[in-house]
Amino acid sequence: MQALSELIDQAASEIDAATDLAALDAVRVSYLGKKGELTERLKALGQLPASQRASAGQEINLAKQAVQIRLIERREFLENAALEASLAADAVDVSLPGRGLSVGGRHPVSRAQSRIERIFTNAGFGVRSGPEIEDEFHNFTALNIPDNHPARAMHDTFYFPGGNLLRTHTSPVQIRSIAEEGVPIRIIAPGRVYRCDSDQTHTPMFHQVEGLVIDENISFANLKAVLHEFVEAFFERKAELRFRPSYFPFTEPSAEVDVRWGEGRWLEILGCGMVHPNVLESAGVDSEKYTGYAFGIGIERLAMLRYGVSDLRTFFENDLRFLRQFR
Amino acid sequence: MKIAESWLREWVNPDLETEALGHQLTMLGHEVDGIEFEGHGIADVVIAEVTSVAKHPDADKLSLCKVNDGSGELVDVVCGAPNVVQGMKAAFAKPGVTLPNGVKLRQAKIRGVVSNGMLCSSLELGLGAESDGILCLPESAEVGSSLVGFLDLPDAVFELSLTPNRGDCFSVLGIARDVSALTGAELKIASGVSVVATIEDTQSVELVEPAGCPRFAGRVIRGIDAQARSPIWMTERLRRAGLRAISPVVDITNFVMLELGQPLHAYDHSLLKGTIRPRFAKAGEKVTLLDGKEVDLNEDTLIITDDSGPIGMAGIMGGLTTAVSDATTDVFFEAAFWPQEFMAGRARTYGMHTDASMRFERGVDPSGQGRAVERATQLLLEIAGGDAGPLLDQMDENHLPVSSPVTLRKDRLRRLLGLTIADETVVQILARLNMKVQSTVDGWVVLAPSYRFDIAIEADLIEEVARIHGYDSIPETTAYSQIPLATVTESRVDMEQVAATLIARDYQEVVTYSFIDATVDAAFTGSESQLVLSNPISSEMAVMRASLWPGMVAAAAANNARQQDRVRLFEMSKSFHGSLSAHTEVLRIAGLASGSVNPEQWATASESVDFFDIKADVEALLALTSGSGEFDFIAARHRALQPGQTAEIVRNNEVIGVVGKLHPTLAKLFDLKRSVYLFELDAAKALATTPAVAISVSKFPAIRRDIAVIVDDKISADELLAAVAATSPELIQGVRIFDIYKGKGIEAGRKSVAMGLILQETSRTLTDDDADKVMAAAVKKLKDQFAAVLRD
Repeated sequence: MQALSELIDQAASEIDAATDLAALDAVRVSYLGKKGELTERLKALGQLPASQRASAGQEINLAKQAVQIRLIERREFLENAALEASLAADAVDVSLPGRGLSVGGRHPVSRAQSRIERIFTNAGFGVRSGPEIEDEFHNFTALNIPDNHPARAMHDTFYFPGGNLLRTHTSPVQIRSIAEEGVPIRIIAPGRVYRCDSDQTHTPMFHQVEGLVIDENISFANLKAVLHEFVEAFFERKAELRFRPSYFPFTEPSAEVDVRWGEGRWLEILGCGMVHPNVLESAGVDSEKYTGYAFGIGIERLAMLRYGVSDLRTFFENDLRFLRQFR
Repeated sequence: MKIAESWLREWVNPDLETEALGHQLTMLGHEVDGIEFEGHGIADVVIAEVTSVAKHPDADKLSLCKVNDGSGELVDVVCGAPNVVQGMKAAFAKPGVTLPNGVKLRQAKIRGVVSNGMLCSSLELGLGAESDGILCLPESAEVGSSLVGFLDLPDAVFELSLTPNRGDCFSVLGIARDVSALTGAELKIASGVSVVATIEDTQSVELVEPAGCPRFAGRVIRGIDAQARSPIWMTERLRRAGLRAISPVVDITNFVMLELGQPLHAYDHSLLKGTIRPRFAKAGEKVTLLDGKEVDLNEDTLIITDDSGPIGMAGIMGGLTTAVSDATTDVFFEAAFWPQEFMAGRARTYGMHTDASMRFERGVDPSGQGRAVERATQLLLEIAGGDAGPLLDQMDENHLPVSSPVTLRKDRLRRLLGLTIADETVVQILARLNMKVQSTVDGWVVLAPSYRFDIAIEADLIEEVARIHGYDSIPETTAYSQIPLATVTESRVDMEQVAATLIARDYQEVVTYSFIDATVDAAFTGSESQLVLSNPISSEMAVMRASLWPGMVAAAAANNARQQDRVRLFEMSKSFHGSLSAHTEVLRIAGLASGSVNPEQWATASESVDFFDIKADVEALLALTSGSGEFDFIAARHRALQPGQTAEIVRNNEVIGVVGKLHPTLAKLFDLKRSVYLFELDAAKALATTPAVAISVSKFPAIRRDIAVIVDDKISADELLAAVAATSPELIQGVRIFDIYKGKGIEAGRKSVAMGLILQETSRTLTDDDADKVMAAAVKKLKDQFAAVLRD
């Protein structure tokens, strides 16, 4: 009969040779199963003289333990290997793109408009809107632009038969908002405006944001402060502004505002001024008690500067390859 | 307006470099659009005389010239200009000279003949944008002397963008006055020229319409030299201001207009018949203008007449019948005051725009007419000789504008600007602007000079003070207002959230035009728009859109044409409806999807978008509201959409939107190859919402029971779901369809619909017995209402 130590070695080599759990189990059965080698030897203990039984039994049990430990270790090894193999089989190319929809984006002009709205609403401004098909009263007369005023001709207005028109600026919303809610008032009014002009630097439709603040003691100094803060908020950097005298029929004093861009270049970005007393009076506001400022910002102009767009017309071509850039 | 620096400095000469002067003009409100520098790099160009001209033996268009450049020897020059003639004075560049255009001259053989330099055109000298031959200098030019010295160069030309309220600044005088006010530099007014009459001749003028013409100045000058030519200093100044020299008389009227801001007109006095009467035109009257065009006059138009009838449009353009010509020896100058109110917009109604009309529309100094005639007379006598009659200056003071005193309060000045300016500074600024200032208890009473007719109210004076004091000096001060906090509403879904939802669902926002082609609009709506522009840019932009779809479909087609097959667009903007007398504007949210559902990728087969893809996007938007259960999709017909794949979206019995597939005929019209699905919602109606009212969530488990029934194919899913839900509204928490089957095993015209019911009680655990009862009721309802057959 084989020595136990040999039997353990033999079992060990068979265990190590088992490459899967089924083979390992077969090894276990052949040594520790009902008819296994070591089981048989335990059964055969009875045939030994009583004096040898205890020590022989102990030896067989030790051998059995050794084989069991070896089996457990091998099982763990094989199970790990099997798990790893199955995980390896599940591996994917993580560089492949994800499945399903992509995301869209906002139009750069809307994006700019939305940012402008948020900047001003954060500062306590309300957002108002008005009709795009306007009457002459709100677009011109109430804004101190009477019939035959040269400013009317300069507005390149689209007209409808009967005298209505497409608003040439967002300023009529000033008049409508004062009429609806009175003063004090602090609002912006973004939206589409129209001028009968189409070339490299003009599109017949574009967007403006009107601003209007009327209260007791509103001054030009307040206007300068709010616009400077706005420009810095919009461009997210310090900005140098230049307010220079200009003319709008509905403000007095009036100014155009330039921002310094690059080396020494001044770029015009908006027009503004103190609300003309005639505008206040025609809206039923006591111009002695109240003063106010107003401004008009061209949204496309700001979007072009912000995003480096060089041709205004590209905003309205709606080329997806262009629009997808603005994320 | 273009104005030469040298001319301006003749009137006011502040201690400022050219650029700094330009900056100050801008900061005065006269924006400098550009500065052109002239006469740099031509210091070595000299004046020469062409002593002989002969044909080049081998080239028809070239001449062989002998040129006297003052060096003592005649120089041989080949010249290609057609205007070269013997005896002319010209600008000559010797070999070695480099011209402003970078050309360096050297001795060269031209078609076999040696040329020792070049006779230059104004273009080559950088003195003009165009030229028709070499620069022809007047006889007075001294041979051998420097060209820049002769032409008073170098110089700079300011291109100014003047605001319409400052008509007084449309002249050298006007700009000089403002520069003087700002800088304190002395205004060297060439005022007070007064030409003594040497003859008695005059022209009879009758102010028959004093409201339309309250002032009319003029003068007869007889016996001028018709051969005289305008001096170079004058033609150069005209050229730098953008005007061509024509003849001394015409040049002088232009020169004085540019200098003083008062437009003048010159008549050939011998052609005037009887008395000049300025008045409004009568119906049917016509006049033939200087440019030869005959104009039918409107009754609101001021004209000048003599005994023969209309001889000119006042302040716009003179007439042909009395025009000066090369033969004119007797001249009548006119300088009239035509009030702004009768000039504004008039030229435009005739499609005209002249230097004179531009100035009268913006207003001229009502006291400047006599002065302009005096200046013109002085210049004419100097240039062309002749004898001047007495100055005629008729006026009706009742109709001339009068400056009214305007009050300026210290407190108002401080409040409006947010800046305190010392009293003496205010007074000094106003004085520099030639305003008469009188102190009062709380400020001043100010009388503006006649040319500052734009000063009407206190705010105008405040602007003047701020302008001269400098907008830069106004501080930046944050305003504190007592305006209450604004609400953030939950009565309508925020449009930003709508945009974010669509963007997350892979839609790109577009901005399309509000005006579109009338036939395209009609093709989408089935009716002709009444909102038609009178003056559209083009027929493609002629009517206000009734839907956002045409613009989006066109955008999709344009993108298809640029190899963008998968297009998903949205727009949030207005559509326009109704009539010119009663229109409405509706804010809409519209979407378009075409091409594959997903971007092309490895993992999923490419499937084209269908009705249920875009419907899911619409449902996602509607689910942003509190009322997502209120919306029904009802099969409908729509002019622009394909029947059978069109649904109206109804909320509370009102159509709030449409979704469906673009009709194939329209797809073809736009040359779209792939199916296009569209939706459009009325933003206000679709997005109305209310704050949620929370109900407690049941702690007891729910039971799910499924049934499948066979019903007629025409019965809609909504009908089945609504019927089932209504049988036990307290217990049925939800019903959903999880399968639709048609085909084998189901007879034609019928379908199998499998529904899952979620049953739950808020106060106890439901038993199977409860569920059985609910299901029995539901099945009975389906059988009764739809003749449904329960499927095993």
